[in-house]
Amino acid sequence: MTARQQFTRRTIVCVAAILLSVPAGTPATAAESDSGTLLRVLTLQDYNTRVVLSGTLLLGVTAGLVGTFTLLRRQALVGDVVSHAALPGVAVAFLAGELTAPGSGRSLGWLLMGAALSGTLAVIAISLLRRFTPIRPDAALAAVLGVFFGLGTALFKTVQELPSGNQAGLQTMILGSAATMTAGDVRLIATAAVVTLLVTLFLFKELSILCFDEQTAAAQGWPVLLLDLCLTGLVVAVTVIGLQSVGILMVALLITPPSAARFWTDRLSRMAVLAIVIGGCSAVAGCLVSATVPKLAGGPTIVLAGSLCFGVSLLFGTERGLLLKWLRQRRNTNRIGRDDLIRAMFEIVESRIAQVDEPSAKNLSAIAVQTDELLGKRHWSRQRLLGLIARAERDAMIRMDSDSGWRFTRDGARIARDTVRNHRLWELYLITHAHIPPSHVDRDADFSEHGLDPQAVEELEQLLAQKAASGVPPSPHPVESGELPVGSRE
Amino acid sequence: MSEHPANLNIPASPSSPAESAAGSLPSMLDQPALAPQRSPLSGEEHPATCPLSIHDMTVAYHRKPVLWGIDYNAPPGKLIAIVGPNGAGKSTLIKAVLNLVPKISGEAMFFGEPYRRQRGRVGYVPQRSSVDWDFPVNALDVVTMGLYRQIGWFRPVTKKWRQRAMRALVRVGMQDFARRQISQLSGGQQQRVFLARALTQDADFYLMDEPFAGVDAATERAIVDVLRDLRSSGRTAMVVHHDLQTVPEYFDEVLLLNLRLIASGPVSEVFTPENLRATYGGKLALLDQVGHRMTMSGEKG
Repeated sequence: MTARQQFTRRTIVCVAAILLSVPAGTPATAAESDSGTLLRVLTLQDYNTRVVLSGTLLLGVTAGLVGTFTLLRRQALVGDVVSHAALPGVAVAFLAGELTAPGSGRSLGWLLMGAALSGTLAVIAISLLRRFTPIRPDAALAAVLGVFFGLGTALFKTVQELPSGNQAGLQTMILGSAATMTAGDVRLIATAAVVTLLVTLFLFKELSILCFDEQTAAAQGWPVLLLDLCLTGLVVAVTVIGLQSVGILMVALLITPPSAARFWTDRLSRMAVLAIVIGGCSAVAGCLVSATVPKLAGGPTIVLAGSLCFGVSLLFGTERGLLLKWLRQRRNTNRIGRDDLIRAMFEIVESRIAQVDEPSAKNLSAIAVQTDELLGKRHWSRQRLLGLIARAERDAMIRMDSDSGWRFTRDGARIARDTVRNHRLWELYLITHAHIPPSHVDRDADFSEHGLDPQAVEELEQLLAQKAASGVPPSPHPVESGELPVGSRE
Repeated sequence: MSEHPANLNIPASPSSPAESAAGSLPSMLDQPALAPQRSPLSGEEHPATCPLSIHDMTVAYHRKPVLWGIDYNAPPGKLIAIVGPNGAGKSTLIKAVLNLVPKISGEAMFFGEPYRRQRGRVGYVPQRSSVDWDFPVNALDVVTMGLYRQIGWFRPVTKKWRQRAMRALVRVGMQDFARRQISQLSGGQQQRVFLARALTQDADFYLMDEPFAGVDAATERAIVDVLRDLRSSGRTAMVVHHDLQTVPEYFDEVLLLNLRLIASGPVSEVFTPENLRATYGGKLALLDQVGHRMTMSGEKG
């Protein structure tokens, strides 16, 4: 069972990976005129392409891993604030660099340092606001983001009006442009990404307990504040090194891959691995697309590739995908409908047999029940009832004979007996043990599985076992006579 | 449940058998001749045999005091219930002694030493509602977290540790659910997972925040079995408890709390209608019935 599940899971992961490569393939039509470039890019013949791609890949991988913890710590928006708050830092760093030594302001390391600094300032501002004012956390985030981003845009305007600022290429910090990265830039980004990745991997266990149960982590003696700072620092680091290639939308690369991964798995370790794969794939795919399609900004393409993965996971995820949820819901509805139908039919049959004989499987299937009788048994519409009957007939639980009445098949009779027995045990249980809130008992569970021990089940069965021959106890409450107005609707 | 105390990895604290010292403490305090009852000798105030001694502890959130001047010495080897109305500061008491919320004044000592030096000997079971049960981990993962401190910084979780966690799951009867995602467990099963996580520590003193809240009958029995098991191997447990009816059945000692310490001591002496009324402010008519039943059963016994 588990092996098969794992297999399906892996297959679906593979399918997702293939789907991921779609965005890389789509520009084939768009850039046909330039098929030489496309081929060169896809086969990684250019040294420059290789360098840029590997840098972006590392970035995507790191963002996926760090994002997993950010998401689980419910701090998804912190990355957003950091990337927006990085802007004034970039502008100030540029201005300061130009003032001290004209031309030096454009060095990436210098700019990213400014970005990291103002990003950190923003995070500190958020935690101060949370701590010392009654402002709610979301308002604190919004306020800080607004202030820093406003400052950033104002400063950018100033920078652009400077004679040297116009061509500074600071604009790439907003939309991101992997292609403009030099080998030196990539080396810087790759080093930072690898360091961030390693720190996160080493702190995997520590960060997971911080995210799951901060109180217990503190009680165990972990320095919770320090770990929290570490995680925030990692977010700042990833966001800042992503500014050049992804831009201000870096939060998407941070949060989308782990969110997508969560649809496929319920284990943290697998979620992290999947987030890494999805993050890496979207970064590479987006990068390739923007390299082959002229005038397509790199950052948004990467983000869109990630969003595509998210969409696919949302629909087809094997653990909590929408399709799966819908299927489960339908199965559940069907089962409840089936139980209702066979219970209604059983009760009619039972009331007739009681005058003659004991309800054994054989004579259970001897009695025919009319559709209208069933209709009067419960508040269901004729349409719904006919649907349920059709399904039950298809499942060979009931059959129609020449006398135009429904009878249980042999299997149907057995299932009906079990269903009714379980249902009546439950009712009795709820009546006799009324002090136990029903919410604490799992209705779907088999009696012996959990909630009730075998002894209690035995006790209940004895309580109910007045008519032991059929194994089906009488209903603990009067059964409805089935004389409700025909055609009553739900 | 059926686990024999001999199976436990670490025998009950080696320093605890000095029971005579603990016994002499109250009698010493009774002597009026020792004028300052709170002697400055910290050794007497916080004896090493006492799993938890709280001295003059006050806790406040913002400006509102939540606990006021708590003085309490927990007797070793007992099951102790913390009882009081909603908002009485029961959880806060536990969090304050574990340094999870700041104390305004006073101190709490575990086995005569501050908490940070006795962490290994103190187990904590927080309220079930304090975490997000949608977290992507299974039951065994959560229990293994109880061992993270022992595993240490940066080290990965190996099979050896997982086997230890599994043994704790067996103790609470949850071995069949080890691989189940925690959101798919019932409330009672989640509570047992939390208990198992604390049991991995093999501590000498356990603090449990409402382990019986909203659990099924099977879980309640499992927890009671574990508690008795702990007691029979000489350990102590302090449990925040809501169900007044089961206090005499499950616990030896009771601590009645409502912002201040109303009364504490053996259940048979302290769990009286008068004390309960003082704790709950006489608001509950039900209390009188419970109290009445208590005195009846007390007279019988």
